[in-house]
Amino acid sequence: MNMKQYIAARAAKELKHGDIVNLGIGIPTLVADYIPSDVKVFLHSENGILGVGPTPDLENIDQNLVNAGKLPVTVLEGSSFFDSASSFAMIRGGHVSVSILGVLQIDAIGQIANWAVPGKSVLGVGGAMDLLEGSNKVIVTTLHTNNQGESKIVKELTYPITSERKVDLVITDLAVFTVKEDGLYLIELSPGVSLEEVQQKTDAPFHIAEAFYIGKEVRA
Amino acid sequence: MSKLITCEDAVKKVKSGSRIMVGGFGLVGSPLSLIDALAQTEVKDLEIISNNLGEPGRGLGVLVRQKQVKKAIGSYFTSNPEVVKAFLNKELEVELLPQGTMSEAIRAGGAGLGGFYTPVAVGTKIAEAKEERTLNGKKYVFQEPLKANVALIKAKKADQLGNLIYNKSARNFNPMMATAADVVIAEVDEIVEAGQISPEEIVTPHLYVDYIVLKGGN
Repeated sequence: MNMKQYIAARAAKELKHGDIVNLGIGIPTLVADYIPSDVKVFLHSENGILGVGPTPDLENIDQNLVNAGKLPVTVLEGSSFFDSASSFAMIRGGHVSVSILGVLQIDAIGQIANWAVPGKSVLGVGGAMDLLEGSNKVIVTTLHTNNQGESKIVKELTYPITSERKVDLVITDLAVFTVKEDGLYLIELSPGVSLEEVQQKTDAPFHIAEAFYIGKEVRA
Repeated sequence: MSKLITCEDAVKKVKSGSRIMVGGFGLVGSPLSLIDALAQTEVKDLEIISNNLGEPGRGLGVLVRQKQVKKAIGSYFTSNPEVVKAFLNKELEVELLPQGTMSEAIRAGGAGLGGFYTPVAVGTKIAEAKEERTLNGKKYVFQEPLKANVALIKAKKADQLGNLIYNKSARNFNPMMATAADVVIAEVDEIVEAGQISPEEIVTPHLYVDYIVLKGGN
């Protein structure tokens, strides 16, 4: 399992039976592969599908059936199709239980930037703002550092903010943080990762939860 | 009174400077025969409301390449690098809306509403120039409705009256766009007799649809 798969598998553990789940592009898309078989969730795709199934074989690709990343998908029994306004009414209206999103940056209070890079022309937002605003729970899945080795968890966002709404949970290859009123709380270290490494690679200040997990073991 | 016309005649409804809505999420659910016919005309200075502007040289990307588009209103144009280039060269104006705000603005336009307050984009760059209002303790921004001179949409099947059904995720923006333009032209794969589509299944009732063209139909 590579790091991205590890993050996806960890995020999949957060899903509950019956959840309506929207998966963003990138690591979030991989989450679908790790949902435990006894947890039945319904995948929502903002281009108008509830009940997205696995990727089809090459010979079963239907060009009219794609996900929000424009990749071919299938649908499961009990699925439905609807128009874009209805789809986003579901999102804004609080009918999606969990959205799992990728990010460019997360700040010390749990706000994120995931739609525009300064200096580059801002010509796309898609459903990023709608999903962050409307989903009941938002989980961020991301590598802890970017390609230049810089922390993606920053004191203040330098990229344009996506929403004033804070996310609920941040899952990286190194650690898991929850977001509370007073900022980020480290609740879990990935196997083989030390607290020092997380402190060194995280620009934003964070609290350490009273009891947190190291690998599978609880440490006080 | 048949609504069936050729693609060539259909695109004559679009004039230089027209504001048009074009259905589709990427190329899925995009009326490609109508777009190709439009690309054969000399119309220019189009204002296009569409989620994207196709791909390089495909779908609405053809109109961009031929410099027929003056302004684009949509949610995601990054997927066509030629759009980004045209924007940087100041050959194309772009107005970006969150996808849910855009689809609801079209719905509002077709439903006779004067706009709506949405919590999406509050406090972001996109809402900088918009009226903000607090209602019951929550912040919202005002979004005006979107309407157009002509809508070019794609459906799977029409009956002779113009009742429409769609095909899976190719439905996307098409049903709202069918309601929000002065002239609505639907490109379809198949036309059947009235009564052949169950009233329970019809997504777009015929009163919204002015003309029907067959995919590839000239």
